[in-house]
Amino acid sequence: MKDHIKELNERFTKEMSQVCDQRSLEELRLAFLSKKGQVSQLMSELAKIPNEQKKEAGALINSFKQDIIKRFDDKLEEIKKAEEERLISSAESYDESLPEKRRKGSYHPITLVQRELEQIFASMGFDVEDYSEIVDDYHCFEALNIPKFHPARDMQDTYYLSTPNQLLKSHTSAAQNAIMYKYGKLLKENGRPIRAVFPGRCFRNEAIDACHENTFFQMEGIMIDKNISISNLIYFMKTMLSEVFERDVTVRLRPGFFPFVEPGFELDIQCLICNGDGCPSCKNTGWLELCPCGMIHPNVLRMGGINTEDDPYAYTGFAFGLGLTRLAMMKYGVKDIRTFNEGDLNALSQFVSK
Amino acid sequence: MFVSMNWIKDFVDLEGEDLEKLIKRFTLSTAEVEGIEYKGSDISDVVVGEIISCEDHPDSDHLHVLKVDAGSEVFDVVCGAPNARCGIKTAFAKVGGSVCGMKIKSAKLRGVVSNGMCCSGKELGISDDHSGIMELDSSYANGTDIKTIFPIDDVIFEVDNKSLTNRPDLWGHYGIAREFAALTKKPLKDLPVMEDDYTGSDKVDITIAKPDLCYRYSSVRVENITKHVSPAVMQVRLYYCGSRAINLLADITNYIMLELGQPMHAFDGKKIGRIVVDTPDKDIEFTTLDGNVRQITTDTLMIYDDKTPVAIAGIMGGLDSEIADDTECLVLESANFDGVCVRKSASRMALRTDASARYEKTLDPEMTLTAVKRFLKLLNDADKGARCVSLISDVYVKRYPEISIDFDKAFVDRYTGIDISSDMIEDTLKGLGFGVDRRSDDFTVHVPSWRATKDISMQADIVEEITRIYGYDNFDIRTTFEPLLPTRPSMAKINENAVKDILVKRYDLCEVHSRIWCDPDDLKDLGLPLEDNVRLLASSEEKGTGVLRTSLVSCLLPFVYKNRSFDDTFGIFEIGRCVKGTKEDGTADERRDLCIVLYTKEKSERSLYMEGVDIVNTIVSEQKHLNVSYVKTETAHAWQHPKNTSKISAGGIGIGTICTLHPSTLKKIAKNCFVVCIEIDMDLFDSVAALALEFDEPSRFPAVDYDLSLLVPEGVRFESISSCWDRKDNPELSKVSVIDVYDTGTLKSVTVRFSFVLPDRTLTGEEVQKRIDVITDKLAKQNVMMRS
Repeated sequence: MKDHIKELNERFTKEMSQVCDQRSLEELRLAFLSKKGQVSQLMSELAKIPNEQKKEAGALINSFKQDIIKRFDDKLEEIKKAEEERLISSAESYDESLPEKRRKGSYHPITLVQRELEQIFASMGFDVEDYSEIVDDYHCFEALNIPKFHPARDMQDTYYLSTPNQLLKSHTSAAQNAIMYKYGKLLKENGRPIRAVFPGRCFRNEAIDACHENTFFQMEGIMIDKNISISNLIYFMKTMLSEVFERDVTVRLRPGFFPFVEPGFELDIQCLICNGDGCPSCKNTGWLELCPCGMIHPNVLRMGGINTEDDPYAYTGFAFGLGLTRLAMMKYGVKDIRTFNEGDLNALSQFVSK
Repeated sequence: MFVSMNWIKDFVDLEGEDLEKLIKRFTLSTAEVEGIEYKGSDISDVVVGEIISCEDHPDSDHLHVLKVDAGSEVFDVVCGAPNARCGIKTAFAKVGGSVCGMKIKSAKLRGVVSNGMCCSGKELGISDDHSGIMELDSSYANGTDIKTIFPIDDVIFEVDNKSLTNRPDLWGHYGIAREFAALTKKPLKDLPVMEDDYTGSDKVDITIAKPDLCYRYSSVRVENITKHVSPAVMQVRLYYCGSRAINLLADITNYIMLELGQPMHAFDGKKIGRIVVDTPDKDIEFTTLDGNVRQITTDTLMIYDDKTPVAIAGIMGGLDSEIADDTECLVLESANFDGVCVRKSASRMALRTDASARYEKTLDPEMTLTAVKRFLKLLNDADKGARCVSLISDVYVKRYPEISIDFDKAFVDRYTGIDISSDMIEDTLKGLGFGVDRRSDDFTVHVPSWRATKDISMQADIVEEITRIYGYDNFDIRTTFEPLLPTRPSMAKINENAVKDILVKRYDLCEVHSRIWCDPDDLKDLGLPLEDNVRLLASSEEKGTGVLRTSLVSCLLPFVYKNRSFDDTFGIFEIGRCVKGTKEDGTADERRDLCIVLYTKEKSERSLYMEGVDIVNTIVSEQKHLNVSYVKTETAHAWQHPKNTSKISAGGIGIGTICTLHPSTLKKIAKNCFVVCIEIDMDLFDSVAALALEFDEPSRFPAVDYDLSLLVPEGVRFESISSCWDRKDNPELSKVSVIDVYDTGTLKSVTVRFSFVLPDRTLTGEEVQKRIDVITDKLAKQNVMMRS
């Protein structure tokens, strides 16, 4: 029996060394461990040997069986591992640097700047409003205290339309009156301050070149309440511009004349490139003129239904205007203003998002 | 406008002030300064030199060799000026000195050593005369520093005219001096003037026939003028301020305009008998003093000598009555004309002058008389012999009302948000020329005439006066303390943002902006007609931008055309305004549209079109949780394909159209390309009521799929057969999807996968077959057979 097992063991070892895949391993397993396999036959031989030897022989068979089961398991593990390694080594290693065929969509740069500003103002409690591009003479001029014979109302500057009394709005201020009416009731009855910004497209009759456009975007903002002051105006302008430029900006106010504010200001920010030392982009002044603003003119508040003739200062407020097109040019370094309206995808497709 | 600090110092003592700082404060308190120039800083060691000998240069046909007596020494100088001659005194720059930034060195000119340089007015920067060297009065001692004769050293700054539009008082040095006086808290000196010394009773006969267009007309007649060259100081100041010396009389009128802001005109006294201010009865031609013939319309205000036109009021005088260099007698005009009338006339004639620019700003009529007296003073200073031969005549037909404004300190505190003392309020307003009645913290202020023509009329105006002098840099700034309430973006804003995100991020489209009007050339390139619509009025039409667009497609198709070589496949979109004709009340019907244009050279038209459908479906289902329906419709524009133009509806509202291009338009864009256009009216889209999101608890048991290949006859729309498996009849039908579509000639083979599911168990094959049989029966009735 001992010899038989030794012989079988040698045979197993030899055949096992030739196994190279799961299929041949399974064949070998069947040959040794199936019901009719070699190990079973050894067991049946056990009946023929004398009883006193049975115990020893049985133990030998059993240990032989355990030994080859383990060797089968090890081999199976080894084969699986080799298989995996083969899969890995034969796998393709990908080239991320190969250009992707899919073209990315893009936002118009005005959309990007406008969204950013809208988010900033919304976070400061401002409603974001929209307004038409075609307005009437009353909203664009009259309601803003711009007198009948003001040069801004000349045909050379403003696009009047063939429809009665209508024109393409020449500034976003044209929405002030409507917004005062929209929110005036809430202000007066519920004490909800009017805080609103209204971005929009404006039109002025200009010859187009790299620096001039007849179609451009502005964003107007107003804030009206019982006691809004010049001090509040400066605070909000400074806070808002610091958010826009993502840094603390230094502002200064100069007198500026606009018929719909009193006092009116030109707001300058300290040049962000030279920090006020003077450089070509601020024309060596250290300051950039950025944002006309002012305390809303009493006549405008009255025509907007906010105050009455008898109490023209019951509510006060400030207004400001930002050139969105100009901000977009500053932000993205766009040198030619025509880029915005000419639809050249070589330019516009670059604005893939923030 | 250029401002001379020397001139300012005539009226306010700025001794010890840092002028640069002061000018910067002027920017922050009054009006924007565009630049500061330090005149004379590049001129040194220039003295009075007398040419005591002048010989021709031996080796040149135009150079002279001079001996110049510069007081302490005589120099040999080579000079090319044609007027160099023995006996004249000139400006002489010594070696080591400098002229226009150039150092004067000893140098050889064609073999002769030159030690110094004789200078022209231009070289000293005090005139534009470069015809020869300066010729100075012989009374000056040789060696006198030229800067003691001419006020060469000066600080000149330029104020942005645009920032002066509402400040008529700042169009002259005296008004600007008043600002400096207020800023430095120093007194403003009186303007030196002279009353007329005429003792008779003659007047200048003045008739104002149009009293609504002429507020005031002041005049005087002067004779026996013998001097014709203005003083050096006046000449240099005029030059520094952008004007030019002409002759004494013209120079004085210009000088007063720059000093006081009051335009004046001097007529030749021989040409004027009686002054009439009127408009012509009919259009006339008139030759202005620059020699140009002007067309004068009947709404242009003119000055007449009785019936002969002699000047365009407030703009320019006429050639015939112009004073000449030897004029001995004059009639002076110092008048106040209506600003709007002057502006309109000037722009009609395209003739904007220094005078008209000032009148446009609504000048103070109180100035006209002061200006006449100032004229007499300056004339007398220059020409003692000149004498008035009439009384100062003055017709004042229209006055501005006097304005008084009441307010208290509390108002100023509230409007400014800071605490400015009553004393400071009083001092500031007085410094600016306001009359101030103060009772503790209560004020009544009287607006000076030069601020009362339009500039200041209410309390808010007074706050500006106080705060600008106080200085905005000195403000304490703070936030408001009102309640902060939540804001909610509008439906329009939410949808716009969402649609843009879907189109950019999911469909890779590029957002563009186009103009609100059509470009006829662009349309012509595509063979498209210019559709009739609301137009821009005449003056803007010349630029070819006359008609507003009825659809964004008419702007985006040209964009696609221009970008056709950008890529084989791309899409663009815009949310913008267009005008669909007029509304019932005759006003423009402005609409806010989303327009998408897809372009391909790679894909089939059907797949591009179905991509467009997918975009629309996605937008509608994401924002509204609704299905979209499409119905073929008539074309409304030339670019639309007659067979593939469909109306897009959601929630029962027609929100837009989708189309492929008409073959004749398509072929203009590019060979072998396809284009799909989508238009959605965003306001209508916003108005579609959104369904709430519906949630179906998914079954924990697997679905059973069953594929059917349907043979659909040509022309039958999928939506018409899908009624055969209405989910109301088949609650277990969880999903229906189209797996495959292909054309087999007259039939379309459509493979549809039906998925059945029950919440509590799996359906058996038999149960599924039963349900499929019901569907196939219904299909058969619609002539849809199964492919075996």
